[in-house]
Amino acid sequence: MLFSLHGIHVPHRKNTADMKPVRMVPPETVTIPMSMHIGKPADPVVKVGDKVYVGTLIGAQSGFVSAPVYSSVSGTVAKLEEIILSNGTKGCAVVIKSDGEMTPDPEIKAPTVDSKETLIEAIKNAGTVGLGGAGFPSYIKFNTPEGKHVDEMIINGAECEPYITSDTRTMIDKTEDIRRAIDYILRYIDIGRVIIGIENNKPKAIEAMRALEADERITVKVLPSLYPQGGEKVLVYHTTGKVIPAGKLPLDVGCIVVNVTTLGAIGNYIATGMPIVSKCVTVDGSAVKEPKNLIVPIGTKLSDVFEFAGGFRCEPKKVLLGGPMMGIAVPTLDTPVMKNTNATVAFDEKDAAPKPETACIRCGGCANHCPVSLNPAAIMRAYKSGDTDALAQLRVDICMECGCCSYTCPAGQRLVETNKLSKALLREEAMKKKEAEKK
Amino acid sequence: METNNKLHISVSPHFKSPRTTQSIMLDVLIALAPAAIAGCFIFGWGAMLVIAATVAAAVLSEFVYCKITKKPNTAGDLSAAVTGLLLALNLPANIPVWQAVIGAVFAVVCVKCLFGGIGRNFANPAITARIFMLIAFVEVGKSAAYPVWETVGGATPLVLLSEGKKLDLLSLFIGDKGGAIGEVCILALLIGGIYLLARKVISWHAPVCYIATVFLMSLIREGFSLTGALAWVLSGGVVLAAFFMATDYSTTPTTGLGKAVFGIGAGLLTVLIRFFGAYPEGASFAILIMNILTPYIDRFTARRPFGAGGVAK
Repeated sequence: MLFSLHGIHVPHRKNTADMKPVRMVPPETVTIPMSMHIGKPADPVVKVGDKVYVGTLIGAQSGFVSAPVYSSVSGTVAKLEEIILSNGTKGCAVVIKSDGEMTPDPEIKAPTVDSKETLIEAIKNAGTVGLGGAGFPSYIKFNTPEGKHVDEMIINGAECEPYITSDTRTMIDKTEDIRRAIDYILRYIDIGRVIIGIENNKPKAIEAMRALEADERITVKVLPSLYPQGGEKVLVYHTTGKVIPAGKLPLDVGCIVVNVTTLGAIGNYIATGMPIVSKCVTVDGSAVKEPKNLIVPIGTKLSDVFEFAGGFRCEPKKVLLGGPMMGIAVPTLDTPVMKNTNATVAFDEKDAAPKPETACIRCGGCANHCPVSLNPAAIMRAYKSGDTDALAQLRVDICMECGCCSYTCPAGQRLVETNKLSKALLREEAMKKKEAEKK
Repeated sequence: METNNKLHISVSPHFKSPRTTQSIMLDVLIALAPAAIAGCFIFGWGAMLVIAATVAAAVLSEFVYCKITKKPNTAGDLSAAVTGLLLALNLPANIPVWQAVIGAVFAVVCVKCLFGGIGRNFANPAITARIFMLIAFVEVGKSAAYPVWETVGGATPLVLLSEGKKLDLLSLFIGDKGGAIGEVCILALLIGGIYLLARKVISWHAPVCYIATVFLMSLIREGFSLTGALAWVLSGGVVLAAFFMATDYSTTPTTGLGKAVFGIGAGLLTVLIRFFGAYPEGASFAILIMNILTPYIDRFTARRPFGAGGVAK
C-alpha cells in the first residue's frame, strides 16, 4: 500500500461514546418488517392472535439471500400490515402488542456448534445481517466454498460516521461475545488471520479489543479518523493493502469483512441461543434533548425511541435512520428500528436546512476527496447532457455513495444524488441492451 | 407525534461543509489584502484609485450583466470582486482610470459572463483583461509606476536584470521597486499565499512548481548564482501569478499532478518569454497559454478509479 485513499475530515460528535447503553422499556407495540436485509423478505409464519415471546420466529428465511426474523417482545400478534420501508418500497410487517413482560421464548437454548455446517446454521439462525448498515445476510459470507482459504477476516469497528457510538459500545461492553464468535469462526472456517480495524478516535474500544490480541492470529489495526474509513473497499485496502476490483467482492481477494456488532450478535447466539432481537442505537442530533445509547427492541417506532430517550429539545426538522453521511432521512417517526439501525439522529431547523445550490466553480474538491478516485463534477456534467458513454467511462458504477463529494462541495451541488441517478441510468441502459440482444 | 408531516426528506449526506463559493472568494480577498495595502502604501493614492475603480467596475458589470440577461444575480458571490482586485494588482498605479475600468468590464463580461459565468470560463479573466489592455492601450506596457519616495523613475527590475545589472534582494522582496500595484511586495504576497494554503483554499502544487521552475531556469542563466536567480524570481509578476493566477479553480487543472504540470509549464513559458521574448515579463502570457492547455492536462492527469482494471498494490 503506497498511498492511503482520500477522504474527508467530518466533525466526529461522538457525544455518547462513554454512555453505557440503557435498556429501553418495551413499547406498547412493535412493528417488525419482514425485510430488514438485502434479498427476499422473510415469510411471516405467525397469524393474528398468536402468542409470541422474545426470540420466537415470526418470519422464516425464504431463499438463499434472505434472513429469518424474530419477535423482539413477548405478547400477541395484533396484525400483519403493509408499511413503507425506509428505502421507500412497500413491505410486510408484523405488529406485536407487547405484554410488557419481555419473557424469553422457553424453547430457546444454545445451539450445538461442532462443525462448519453447524456454525453456518447458527449464523443463519441468529438472524444476523450486515449490521453496519448494508444488511447483507451474514451466513452467506462465511459459507466459503469447500477448500477455499481466506487470508484475512477483517472486523469493521471503524465507525466513521459522525455521532454513532453503538459499535464502540459493543466493542467495550460485548468483548466476550466478539471473542467467542471469532473463536468459533477460526475453529471451523479456514481463515489465516483476523484484523480488527478501528479509527483512532475510539481509545476505549481499541483498549477493549487489544485484549483479544492474546490470540496471536488477531491484531488490532488503529486507523486514522478519516471518513469513510469503514467503507468496505477502503477498510480492506487500509488493513491489507488489497484492492477489490470493481464489481468484485472481498472474498475475491481472499477477505471476509464483517461488522463488529454482527460478530457480537453471532457470539451471543452461540452462547445463549437468543437471536438478534434488539439493537444498541445511538440517539443524538441537535434536536435531541439528552443524547444517549439505548438497547432498543427491533420494530420499535422512532417516536417511542425518542420519547424514551428524553424527548426533543426543539421540533425535529429532519430525522435520520443511521448517521448524517449515509443515513436515510425518514418521512415519519412511525418508522421502526431495524436490525441494521445503529443510530437515529434528529436535526433542528438549522441543521436540516439544505445548503443553497450555486454554480460549480470547478474547485476539484469532489474529485480530490473521492476515496475511489472518481470525478463527481464530470459525472454531473455527463449526466446532465445524458451522455451514458461518458458515464460508463467515468466509472460511476464504482461509487459507494459515501457522500464525501457532496459534503465538500462549496457550491452545494447534489453530487451523490446525480451519482445514484447515473448508476440507475446505466443499469437501465444495460437492461435495454440485454433485451435487444434477446430479440 | 404531531411533527410527522413536517420532516425534511433529502438524499444523503445530511452534513455539508460550511464552505461556500462566497466564503472561498472572501478568503481570496483576505489573502490579496496585504498585497493591495502594500501597493497603496508604495504607490500612493493612484494605486488606491485604480483598485477602487476596477473592483467597483467588475462587481457592477456582473450585476448589470445578470440583470440584462435575467439570470440569477451572482455579483454577491464576490468572484467579480476578486477579478477586479486581481486586475488592479496587475496594473501600474499611474494607468488612466478609464482604461482600468474598461479592463475590468472586459474581464468580467467578455472573459467570464459570456462563457456562462463562474466556473465556465476557460481563461483567467484578470490575466486575459491585462493582456487585452497591453494590446489596446500602449500605456499599460510602457509605463510602470515607481514608489512614491523615488523621484526619478528608471527601468523596471526585469529590464535592469536583462541588461545584466545586479539588484538588491531586500528591496525586491519588500517592494521598493517599480512595477504593477500588487506584484512588487513579495512579502505581502507570501503572507497571502500562506494564508490560502493554511485555509486549504489552494494546494501547494502549482505555486511551488511554478516558482521552483522559474528559479531553476534563472539559476542556469545566471551561471548558478543564487542571488542572481533569486532576483529573477522576486522581480516581475511571478509570485503574484503563482499564488493567485496559477491556482484559479476553473482555469487550472484539478488533480495535484495536473497542478504540478501546470506550474512547471507556466514557469518554463515565463522564463522563455523573459529571456528571449519581446516583452520583459512573461507571467501573464504563460498563465493564459497554460489555461488553454488545461483541458488536455486534466485529461492526462485524471486519477484512475479505484479497482477499475489493473490491480495495483
